[in-house]
Amino acid sequence: MKGKAHWILTILSALFIWACSSTGDDTPITDDDGVSLTFDRGAMLENWADNIILPSYNQFLVDYAAFKADFESFQNDRSGSNLIALRSSWVDAYLSWQSISPFEVGPAEDNGLRLNVNTYPTDVALIGTHISSGSYNLDLSSNRDSKGFAALDYLINGIGGNDAEIVQVYTDAITGDAHVAYLGEVINDIDTRVTTVRNAWQNGYRDTFVQNDGSSATASVDRFVNDFIFYYEKFLRAGKMGIPLGVFSRTQTPTLVEAYYYPQLSNQLFLAGLSTVEDFFNGKAFGSSRTGESLASYLTTLNQITLRNDIRNQFSSARTAVSGLGPFRAELENNSPAADMFAAYDEVQGAVALFKVDMVSAMSIAIDFVDADGD
Amino acid sequence: MKDLIQTYLSKKSEAATLAVFRVFFGLMMVWSLLRFWYNGWIESLYLEPGFHFSYYGFEWVKPIGNWTYLLFVICGITALFVTLGYKYRLSIVVFFLSFTYIELMDKTTYLNHYYFISILSFLLIFLPANAYFSLDAMGNTTRRFQFIPRWNVDAIKVLLVIVYVYAGLAKLNSDWLVEALPLKIWLPVKADTPLIGELLGEPWVHYMFSWFGALYDLTIPFFLLYKPTRKVAFFFVVVFHILTRLLFNIGMFPYIMIVSTLIFFDSPLHQQILNFLSRLLRIKTKVFDNGLSYAMSSGLRRNTVYGVVSLFLLVQLLLPWRYLAYPGELFWTEEGYRFSWRVMLMEKAGYAQFKIVDGRTGQWFYVDNTDFLTPFQEKQMSFQPDFILEYAHYLKDHFESQGHKNIEIYVESKVTLNGRRSTTYVDPNVNLVSEEESFRHKKWIIPFKDEIKGI
Repeated sequence: MKGKAHWILTILSALFIWACSSTGDDTPITDDDGVSLTFDRGAMLENWADNIILPSYNQFLVDYAAFKADFESFQNDRSGSNLIALRSSWVDAYLSWQSISPFEVGPAEDNGLRLNVNTYPTDVALIGTHISSGSYNLDLSSNRDSKGFAALDYLINGIGGNDAEIVQVYTDAITGDAHVAYLGEVINDIDTRVTTVRNAWQNGYRDTFVQNDGSSATASVDRFVNDFIFYYEKFLRAGKMGIPLGVFSRTQTPTLVEAYYYPQLSNQLFLAGLSTVEDFFNGKAFGSSRTGESLASYLTTLNQITLRNDIRNQFSSARTAVSGLGPFRAELENNSPAADMFAAYDEVQGAVALFKVDMVSAMSIAIDFVDADGD
Repeated sequence: MKDLIQTYLSKKSEAATLAVFRVFFGLMMVWSLLRFWYNGWIESLYLEPGFHFSYYGFEWVKPIGNWTYLLFVICGITALFVTLGYKYRLSIVVFFLSFTYIELMDKTTYLNHYYFISILSFLLIFLPANAYFSLDAMGNTTRRFQFIPRWNVDAIKVLLVIVYVYAGLAKLNSDWLVEALPLKIWLPVKADTPLIGELLGEPWVHYMFSWFGALYDLTIPFFLLYKPTRKVAFFFVVVFHILTRLLFNIGMFPYIMIVSTLIFFDSPLHQQILNFLSRLLRIKTKVFDNGLSYAMSSGLRRNTVYGVVSLFLLVQLLLPWRYLAYPGELFWTEEGYRFSWRVMLMEKAGYAQFKIVDGRTGQWFYVDNTDFLTPFQEKQMSFQPDFILEYAHYLKDHFESQGHKNIEIYVESKVTLNGRRSTTYVDPNVNLVSEEESFRHKKWIIPFKDEIKGI
């Protein structure tokens, strides 16, 4: 009889110790008999990291280097033709940014990359103050709207009424150099930040990311899908279309579009972002037509073929609708309400519930970061 | 009949049984509250959100700023006092009140096991759990009793039987038994579980877990009650709850249940546990064995306790059936879902976009839910109609205070249940401002498009 209390207490204390220290370790999944619903999340993470995320960062830095080179030429010879070359490589870099912007996890999240690189609208008055005072700290969060691609948009496209006026700003005998210097600072700021993030991915984070292949609110897949949906809702849908449309404020505000000073680009930036989302969903390797494990193949494994196809179809409806629009800025300035843009917005919106409700539920992905108990 | 009842009520039981229950319950509570604090949940669940979802009728219960920490301190200290059996009656009353207050502050965090703790601590108010192995009984010989009425222990057993059996009954539906849902969705992602991980994608495993789970819940309390099967049953209790802890994020619940089921054992075991503890703590327990039986002094008090406890157990028996008073699929409408031991039954998710319309001009805009809710709150809100309604009213007040007029609120929503494709949840043409919360059926919920058969 005496032994009974002992073994119960032993069980209880063992439980206690285990409860305080429990973490699972990895067991490779080997069975692939076509019946199992097990999906190899680790392989998907590898595909994301090695074939999509890292190559995208690398390509961005290549495009950005070209932009920087054009800036140097412009700095040395502030001519109209060099301005045009600078603008053209800025367009390439800005489009290239759209293929890394959604990946705000790990080092990008730690560095607040998206807010630092692409906060818009830009604060023209603040930029003016910085240029005339010559003293500013671009690391301050209060200066986010005086730098990044939106500031470049203003500095390259909007600081003068036409190219001649813009060139004049940079060649002005008194203030020209200060303007060029500021342009250079803003350009370097983006370069430094993205390089930091890319290097962090190369030097360790890639492995951390891939190895965290479990399922919990803090596992890579759960975190990343959350961030990814957040990007789609907040930055692609709302930022690029919804907010200027006044969907959340009742006030149509053209000045809130991305690339306001180069309006023919706004729609392209949106579509580039949508392509990133689409390719990511399909697991398409960057700059290639190869595909690997992805959210789409995950849905296939779970026998959610219709859902997978519906998401794809919703992407193409959104693409068609947005492609049919004039430049966002013109749509907003010339129509009140901008009915066509609203209709296109609805198509973009259509994917949100598919992602956030059906896909996330099918994959049992934790939708919040609070790792609270369930029952 | 009256004689039978009288005989039953006069039956005795060793006070050690209830004392062990008290000690373990108290310890679990102290641990739970420390863990809650340590995880930063006081901050993230109660202090960070600007808005809290209230239970109908308890709108006045809200987090009290930084004083919320004090509330947890009080709750934790009283839990410790309960463990020690120090000023027990006062401690358990304050524990019940503070714990229940915490749970009522925001229904976003509703869990069946929190409800279990609330009602269990309520029941404990009426039981002399400090008669034995407690500071109260150590310091005061008049409070020291070796025996207590048997019904004291039985009342707790009844509650545990209710929890298990109702949890089992809730599983008797076609999704659980025929489709192995939602385990079919939840288990495959647990492939990194040690030993069994590889198997968790297999459909037969989903069925086995579903059926075993239902069978376990329905029968385990009876195997625990029946002496010859008790030990094996307890072994199953441990295995079952460890497994659920391993696979799901269910916090303290498994431990609380494992420890609670010890009450089904006979008193020699409890005596041994107390002997072990007293050796560990170097205290003498012999003094508690005074041969005296606890009896309530006045007839009035006795009858009140009998009345309250009987009514309490009756309510527990009936409350889970209230869903029968509502039309439609329970899992879909969730009318009568809470407080009924429906545990881990659904994989449900939703999306709700609120449209604020000026009734006169027709001008409108959407609400960005992240302006008002935490991701956790938004998630819970998006598939529970009472949350949706309460939030709509909150939005009305908010935008009215901002100067908006003639506010009408509509919601565009989608909900998925157990892997079915999402469908519209709330009638998008109903102005939620003109709907009021009540216990009546919410007619603006679009009926479930599929059918789930069963209880």
